[in-house]
Amino acid sequence: MPPAPKSGDALFASVDRVNAELFTLTYGAIVRQLLTDLEEVEEVNKQLDQMGYNIGTRLVDEFLAKSNVSRCVDFKETADVIAKLGFKMFLGVTATVTNWDAEGTSCSLVLEDNPLVDFVELPDTCQGLQYCNLLSGVIRGGIGNVILSNVVLKLFQNAYSQLPETLTVNMVSMKTEVTWVRDMLRGDDAYEMRVKLIKQIPEEYPYKDDD
Amino acid sequence: MIGVGKAKQYTNVLDKPLSRGRQEVSLSAFAFLFSELVQYNQTQVDSITELERRLEDAGYAVGARVLELLCHREKGNRRETRLLGILSFIHSTVWKVLFGKVADSLEKGTEHEDEYMISEKELLVNRFISVPKDMGAFNCGTFVAGIVKGVLDNAGFPAVVTAHSVPIEGQQRARTTILIKFAAEVLHREARLG
Repeated sequence: MPPAPKSGDALFASVDRVNAELFTLTYGAIVRQLLTDLEEVEEVNKQLDQMGYNIGTRLVDEFLAKSNVSRCVDFKETADVIAKLGFKMFLGVTATVTNWDAEGTSCSLVLEDNPLVDFVELPDTCQGLQYCNLLSGVIRGGIGNVILSNVVLKLFQNAYSQLPETLTVNMVSMKTEVTWVRDMLRGDDAYEMRVKLIKQIPEEYPYKDDD
Repeated sequence: MIGVGKAKQYTNVLDKPLSRGRQEVSLSAFAFLFSELVQYNQTQVDSITELERRLEDAGYAVGARVLELLCHREKGNRRETRLLGILSFIHSTVWKVLFGKVADSLEKGTEHEDEYMISEKELLVNRFISVPKDMGAFNCGTFVAGIVKGVLDNAGFPAVVTAHSVPIEGQQRARTTILIKFAAEVLHREARLG
């Protein structure tokens, strides 16, 4: 039996932690470097998103390993788990999930506290900058792979207990689109990301057990 | 529409109350962020010296801000003016705040008057970094060297700061030494102050 999933606080207490200010200042240094190199705020936004995506794909493995989350069958549950456990485990703050749309494919993640933006003020020359774009990239990279990894884990569990003749793995890959709705650096009262599920593609994994 | 929130918290970021510095994030979040920083810089440079310089510049910016923050918060707006004072400030306060512990050791160089060394068995930033053989003596501790340089420069002690890996017998990972070489004017001033 897999161990029960931990609560957000227990998770955060169980991982090694560092001072948030080191994290904040390092992120600021990254954004400054990008602004100097790329000069166009749109390019910087894209680069931050890409970096976030790279981080997200690796972050999700660590998250699954440490949090003992066993099953996330749909998008709703995934979003809840990310907001409560994921954010808490890595950033030490929780997000809330709100504004589900009718089909359950789109929701908002709201953050009141954001360690990335302590001490930050956007100058007039950078008004188009999405300072927290790394976060949206992380969500994109994370969600796209959390269901994937979950299914693989479950399949291996099943495989070893049942030993079927052939083993075809149906993997579900999710693509999401993340946009910023509210940004405290622009004068809003919180950070809000709109996460929209674009498609779920079941993929046939060409794996046969009996060769 | 973004940016038209009703409740504006503070018009100026300087009016916001300063946090107590107790908030934490996970080590892996920082490690991932740092790895992205290094990876991005690798794509922008052609040589190792340039990579080191860029990491040092990034650290410099962090150091400058850390100095202001800590002077205000921990030391009641008093800044060190003596050499040993600023060195022990870095070795204890800065290290404690940024890395959660004081640095392993602070030594005075034996060969030159103007050299001091801060050593650390395993730098926090290097914990998940492995340097391939073809990059030779490169050490991501240059980021930390940049932080130290930022603190020193902005406190009025110009110096050249570098990071070196020192392999130790019987230990798999090399120790990192931050070498601080003060500018001549610092030593003259120190001698004048007695």
